[in-house]
Amino acid sequence: MTNRIRDIAFNTFRETVRDRVLYNLVFFALLLVATAPLLGQISVGVQRVLLVNLSLSAISIFGIVISIFVGISLVSKEIEKRTLYPVLSRPIGRGEFIVGKYFGLVGTLLVNTLAMSTGFYLELLLMARSTPRADANILFGIYFLFLQFMILISLSLLFSSFSSPLLSALFTLSMFVAGTLAGDLRSFASISSGPQKWLATATSYLIPNLSSLNVITRVAHDQLIPPALLGYNTLYALLYSAATVSGAVLIFSRRNLK
Amino acid sequence: MLAVEILGLEKIYKVGFWHEKQKIGLRSLHLEVPQGEVFGFLGPNGAGKTTTLKILMRLIFPTSGIARILGRDWRDPSVRAGIGFLPEQPYFYDHLTPIELLNYYGSLSGLSAADRRSRIPKLLERVGLIDQGKVQLRKFSKGMLQRIGIAQAVLHEPEVVFLDEPMSGLDPVGRRDIRDFISSLKREGKTIFFSTHILSDAEALCDRVAVLNKGELRAVGIVADLVAQNRSRFELVWQGKSAIPEMEALGTACYVAGDVVRAAVASDRLYAFLDVLKKQNAQLISLNPAGGSLEEYFLQRLKAPVVMSTQ
Repeated sequence: MTNRIRDIAFNTFRETVRDRVLYNLVFFALLLVATAPLLGQISVGVQRVLLVNLSLSAISIFGIVISIFVGISLVSKEIEKRTLYPVLSRPIGRGEFIVGKYFGLVGTLLVNTLAMSTGFYLELLLMARSTPRADANILFGIYFLFLQFMILISLSLLFSSFSSPLLSALFTLSMFVAGTLAGDLRSFASISSGPQKWLATATSYLIPNLSSLNVITRVAHDQLIPPALLGYNTLYALLYSAATVSGAVLIFSRRNLK
Repeated sequence: MLAVEILGLEKIYKVGFWHEKQKIGLRSLHLEVPQGEVFGFLGPNGAGKTTTLKILMRLIFPTSGIARILGRDWRDPSVRAGIGFLPEQPYFYDHLTPIELLNYYGSLSGLSAADRRSRIPKLLERVGLIDQGKVQLRKFSKGMLQRIGIAQAVLHEPEVVFLDEPMSGLDPVGRRDIRDFISSLKREGKTIFFSTHILSDAEALCDRVAVLNKGELRAVGIVADLVAQNRSRFELVWQGKSAIPEMEALGTACYVAGDVVRAAVASDRLYAFLDVLKKQNAQLISLNPAGGSLEEYFLQRLKAPVVMSTQ
């Protein structure tokens, strides 16, 4: 079972890489280096905050776009092009196929994030000529972004397991927007009462809590991330992704392939 | 042991905005295919051939009925280690080369790396793609894709091979190559279950055929028997014009070319015609069955009532 999931994951990874998804990395790295002289015009204090903010936002946007738009095509493209048929006619379960696809894109995003982070750290090094301890704190921010990508990929898979690519993109984007506001929704639930409170609480637990995974501003201002948040966010992202991928497996296992 | 046993498979699609209408994809199909047989699944477009194959491959789920492949429930995933499948108009990952693709499928089928290393070059040689082993599939023609499709279907040496329209859209050379390949699989003792609407291919390859139309089984049997059932005329060729008046009196038109005469006669009156030739001392040159091709039989069966059993 593990071997088959590994094979499907590797093939998915290879497909996305050969689809030139990772070429944006080179572009991003070049862009970072190119903007360095411009940032140098600004005062020293603001320069670093700006670089961290800009770079982490860029990593986030690239990752979100890949997670959603490549994610929704993972299954739909296989069905549309019927490349799925020779795969599913072999002794593999549909669940293994979905899980393999998930890990394949997670692998692509991991490489993508690592490469972009390398470019970003090179830029930090160029700017400060040293690596202050605060730079390590930024790693938490990047790690949380990656956890966000894992959740978004699982949501893309879930929606594409039963709807069209367009609808899947809309659903996943909606969940992303709602997820970034999850913190506000929980605050709203805590001050509400009656059915409104019940509804707000239920919704806030259903949508992914992406607000707690966005610490870009905090790390840009060198606010240390508590280790407990690291553990909590990791556990949350793993459980949420596992539940969502399980949902995708459940739906896809019952789907008639046209 | 039966290679394929289909017991009342039925597929009814719900169509319309509210799923208020029903469309029959397949109606209570019963079929048995013994091991080692080349079985042709014939029917016009929309007959239910692909639906049957998709159900057997678990790509779609039947409304009712069951099937057994190699004696086991077809839903058991381990059954699929013993079967190969070529989908209709196959499309493969075009970012891969044939070697990468076969490695991927071989691994999914549970073949070890050593087995894959030894089998893949031999198989590429066999399907005539050894020189294209490292070319990405996006550069392949339809015929080449069909060959790689056949290769992936037999890579893990399955006992039963399902082929959905394997000759569709190919040029005559491509069709001959695929036909030769299927013949070689038969010689190896494989069971081949293939759907087609190209009747000459079915006639050349199949031990038995089934005719399907609008989701219903119309006929099933040995090709030679089916054709013989439908054979209603013979063509007689003889030398000597003296028999012509009597032959025409018996109700057949005679065509003369020099001293040679040709006539098509009804099979139920064949001996009466032969008696005339004998009486007139005409020299019989040939006596051949006329008509009764699989195509004629096929067209006739499309209008025939439904067959409920294949026994």
